[in-house]
Amino acid sequence: MDIIVCLFLFAGLFFFTGGSVGILRFPDFYSRLHPAGKLATLGSFSAIAALALFNLHQFSLAALLTSVKILLLVVFVFLTSPTATHAIVDAGVRAGLTPWTKGEKRR
Amino acid sequence: MHTKGFLLDTKEHKNFNLSPSPAPIEADSSAPSRKGNRLNFYPFAFTFIIMFGIWILLSGKFDPFHLTLGLISCAIVSYLSSDLLFPSLKIRGFFGQWLRFIKYIPWLMIQIMKANLHVLYLTFHPRMMELIDPKIVRFRSRLKSDLALVTFANSITLTPGTITVDVSIHGDFRVHAIDKASGDPLPGEMEERIARAFGET
Repeated sequence: MDIIVCLFLFAGLFFFTGGSVGILRFPDFYSRLHPAGKLATLGSFSAIAALALFNLHQFSLAALLTSVKILLLVVFVFLTSPTATHAIVDAGVRAGLTPWTKGEKRR
Repeated sequence: MHTKGFLLDTKEHKNFNLSPSPAPIEADSSAPSRKGNRLNFYPFAFTFIIMFGIWILLSGKFDPFHLTLGLISCAIVSYLSSDLLFPSLKIRGFFGQWLRFIKYIPWLMIQIMKANLHVLYLTFHPRMMELIDPKIVRFRSRLKSDLALVTFANSITLTPGTITVDVSIHGDFRVHAIDKASGDPLPGEMEERIARAFGET
């Protein structure tokens, strides 16, 4: 049990690290949103799943309820994260920012 | 299979409007009193069940006082908003649609995982700048209903490597894709599965 929790936690950490490295490395506004919004979804999913599992250590109804509540967080993150990403991209398009294409300098 | 149910669903989605419209009257409903803005029983019941489930989940208390409070408030809320959650669905094809939608979720999770690993690979690749090739992909989706379009757009954005920039009401998509591998298969299988999930085959 503990091993699975640790695996999930480390997977979450790994994805979050990848996301932040991606934000630094990608060339422009739009492509930076890809790692930012996306690796965070799987990262938060793994981390939250690890928490929910860890919470079930002593099995009881209260612990189960708490775990389900924790998992509800994932549902809401998965619902709101694409909407927020879309809003940011839309703002960029409205402001007239052209996407980076291959061969340009990084911004 | 259930082709008839699918056709019915599609028709209803086209007539989708937000006003509290009169319920679609079935052919055999002989009672003349069932018209106008009367409360529909099934949407009310389902909204109530969902609300009450969430109430129990979030409160976690099972004594009569809290349960009664939950019953009253859930009844009020579902009376006020049952036509928001289930705008124009008939009872027929209703369970089927939810079941098909639930069947769609695991596939989406697997896609998200695969694409996440792909973006992770791109992120840590030393020659990332040569590998990525961001561009805007345009295509027209054949999905009709608003709900299906929103689900499709959100699924595209959830899948790493692609972000929906713009959706028009007719289904014109503009998608920002990070490289060829994530942008090319775009309408593809995901649209097909969503069409199946919402009965628009």
